[in-house]
Amino acid sequence: MKADVAIVGGGLMGTSTALHLAMSGQKVIVVEKNSPGRHASGVNAGGLRRLNRDLAEIPLSVVAAQMWQDIYSLVGSDCDVKLSGQVRVAENAADLQKLEERAALVSSLGFDREELIDRDRLYQLVPALAPHCVGGLYTAGDGFARPYHALTAFRLKAESLGVKYRTGCQVTGLERLGNCWRVVTNQAKFDAPILVNCAGAWAGQICAYLDEPVPLKIGAPMMMVTERLPHFLDPVVGAVSRKLSFKQMQNGTVLIGGGYLADHDMEKETTEIDFTKLSESSQTVLALFPRMAEVRIVRTWAGLEAFMPDRIPVIGSSAKHPNVYHAFGFSAHGFQLSPVVGRIMSELILNNKSSLRIEPFSIQRFQS
Amino acid sequence: MFKRTSELNNNTVTVNIEGEDFQVPVGETVAATVLVHNLGYTRTSPISGAPRAPLCMMGVCFECLMEIDGLPNIQACQVQVAEGMKIRRQQGVGGEDG
Amino acid sequence: MGDSYQLVIIGAGPGGLCAATTAANLGLDVTVLDEQPSPGGQIYRGISNTPDDRLALLGADYQHGADLVEAFSASKANYWPQTNVWSLNSRRQIGILRHGQASIIQAERVIVASGAMERPVPFLGWTLPGVMYAGAAQILLKTAGVVPANGTVIAGTGPLPLLVAWQYLRAGVSVKAVLEFSPRSNLWRAAPHLPKALVAGDYISRGLKYTLDLNKGGVPIYYGISGLQAQGHDRIEAVEYGWDTLGSSRRETIVTNSLLVHFGVIPRINLTKSAGCHHIWDRGQQCWRPQVDKWGNTNVPGIAVVGDSAGIGGARSAEHSGRLAALEVARSLHTIDTQQRDLQGQEDLKWIGKDLRVRPFLEALYRLPDSLLVPPDDKTLVCRCEEISAGQIRQAVREGHADPDRVKFYLRCGMGPCQGRQCAPAVAQIVAAENLRPVSDYTTFRVRPPIRPLSIAQLANLGRAEE
Repeated sequence: MKADVAIVGGGLMGTSTALHLAMSGQKVIVVEKNSPGRHASGVNAGGLRRLNRDLAEIPLSVVAAQMWQDIYSLVGSDCDVKLSGQVRVAENAADLQKLEERAALVSSLGFDREELIDRDRLYQLVPALAPHCVGGLYTAGDGFARPYHALTAFRLKAESLGVKYRTGCQVTGLERLGNCWRVVTNQAKFDAPILVNCAGAWAGQICAYLDEPVPLKIGAPMMMVTERLPHFLDPVVGAVSRKLSFKQMQNGTVLIGGGYLADHDMEKETTEIDFTKLSESSQTVLALFPRMAEVRIVRTWAGLEAFMPDRIPVIGSSAKHPNVYHAFGFSAHGFQLSPVVGRIMSELILNNKSSLRIEPFSIQRFQS
Repeated sequence: MFKRTSELNNNTVTVNIEGEDFQVPVGETVAATVLVHNLGYTRTSPISGAPRAPLCMMGVCFECLMEIDGLPNIQACQVQVAEGMKIRRQQGVGGEDG
Repeated sequence: MGDSYQLVIIGAGPGGLCAATTAANLGLDVTVLDEQPSPGGQIYRGISNTPDDRLALLGADYQHGADLVEAFSASKANYWPQTNVWSLNSRRQIGILRHGQASIIQAERVIVASGAMERPVPFLGWTLPGVMYAGAAQILLKTAGVVPANGTVIAGTGPLPLLVAWQYLRAGVSVKAVLEFSPRSNLWRAAPHLPKALVAGDYISRGLKYTLDLNKGGVPIYYGISGLQAQGHDRIEAVEYGWDTLGSSRRETIVTNSLLVHFGVIPRINLTKSAGCHHIWDRGQQCWRPQVDKWGNTNVPGIAVVGDSAGIGGARSAEHSGRLAALEVARSLHTIDTQQRDLQGQEDLKWIGKDLRVRPFLEALYRLPDSLLVPPDDKTLVCRCEEISAGQIRQAVREGHADPDRVKFYLRCGMGPCQGRQCAPAVAQIVAAENLRPVSDYTTFRVRPPIRPLSIAQLANLGRAEE
């Protein structure tokens, strides 16, 4: 089977890349070893956050935020986006000082979205917060979406533009065939001049096939969700000195993350919840939201995700091969970036340059 | 609508169901009690508001969620009645409309 | 991590009780976790405090449970009543909730004896108050002497609807009708298995007795029923059904404010699934069950499953499988050797072998038609908690959400308080039917612990109080 571009990985990055390429008339095939969104793309926390990004990611994140605001025009669905802000809470003077420094830093670089807020404004935004907090850093217009819904909307749009998905299709090798790449899988072979690696937790394996190894580590961040509660919270809440991501979804359930990792088995592609760590996560919740004590956790889960040592992704061309591109290693905060990453990848592939600065994400940083 | 096959003996406790006191046998589950006292429904669905009542009596269907002593989301079929217990229907909660 | 235990048995029905008694009598340190306040499981629920008049009502089979409980109580096994198990992982760490305190205990060996639950069969109107499972109604009778006040209709398949109707007859409860949903053609399919079944014909003779008594008592039993529907606004007011007779088919209605339904039982597999045990589709029983060997061993080292939670075999069979698993645990811990295990398990294996011979007959006789397994009407609510209809599920599959977990992610189907227990089988059936593939190609939803809700405070205080 032949295409202009073969993308390995049917998650959000692969799907967004496929969509943007298809919008430019490219014939794209997406090779997915399970089903789209089986791991990180389907089960992440869905945060739409510019707040507290790595400095290198800020320009991308700013454009991505604009794209999410108008996501309907891109994919024909609102992806259940809710832009009710994100806030990072300071619980003491030391926390607050960190936020002040951060606010000064980003504003010196010309970004004005991370607003330092005082105690009164904080409690206006988050009345349910425990009373000891002293201030926060707030980004209005941040928020969240439902990741599997977003992925589905991206996929349906891509498919409507002719993108072909091959699911249950595991890559077993990559071969150079004239000026084509041949993707060998357990089902069939796919030939395309251009190869894109969006394989998430399995991206390292694709890099190994390409003889371009990366120090990618696998992690499985755990999430908990509660029963439905009456509406009490608008912004997504994080904290300076605690591992927490806390949001109330449109249906009333509260989604709790914070980067505690599950045990995982890459062979079986399974994760096993570590309740001892989730106990700590629950203590964090109680410290900031004491009213949650009697609320019940109904489900926990974890998704397999790729982490880079410097916690920023690899985005860009291969340093070893022509016509090979990478977008992986988003280190558990890629969801928000997905629309812009797809756009950047299509620019790179079609025009050989990106409209945004992606040098910090080069794979070369791992090839001394 | 349900009834008891035998008369109450002395071995009872007093529970309050939706504001009214009743003598009920010791050891009975809250679900059995509210079925006998003809509550009609025990909760409403948080999605449509439709009325629901106990279905499985063994803790697997979660239809009998009630507010017991002020705590919501308690499985009435898994809890035994106790002296002074306050039992209320659970009105569907959750989300921006609820 | 909390304390460590040698053998933990989850459930105190006949399987768990016999496993515990056997293991404790062999000198093992046994702890039984039971969500109920007293031993007996669902089948012998509340047996130790059932008044005599009610015992008489329930029949001799039920009283047999008292003997099991007595032997168990005489053993040295520890019994933890009202203890909820909310997780089990492949390393035999068990999350429990006891006296309001959540903790995790480590077990050297685990025997899961979590039993069965009534098979959820979605039909139009099944969420209306007044519709209840017949087994649930039987629990009300056993534990509280509570029965329908103004008569009832009992609908479904298998021996239980007849048994409940018979028990109601004895208790003076009006039964307006028993509606039997097993297709008549099942008789033909079951007939070839009959000779083998006769060797364990106890089942059949009891069924005949109930039928005769019900006939004598004036309770009508209708066969060849299909198309069940509960009607009503805020509660059930009538039952509607299709009746095929002599080549013609017509709709009938019975006015009633109580409908009891029962379409057989299926194993409770949340725990074994979350522990990573391998599950298979059982064609005869039309359900998923953990794969076990004759000693109850699963593919996960140190985790065995017995009784109905390993595959539906009934209460007597559960006793034998419980004993066998206990012997195997004792062997694996070197309390007895292989020869002793085989010798002591001889009678149990023989019994199970004999009983298994009647199963093909019963399974063929009570086999559910596809129209019950795959809700035909798009308007039928499949997920009761999140109110997701069969039509929505079909639409999701057509949009490429090609397996039950995708459907769950997309629709929240199975994400409500019951965590998919009531919709999982039907969702898998619908997905398979839409994809034109056998249902055995699929599994039910991945299980996301805790399998019982746990409050944030309980989780925050995990394993602390007893330290």
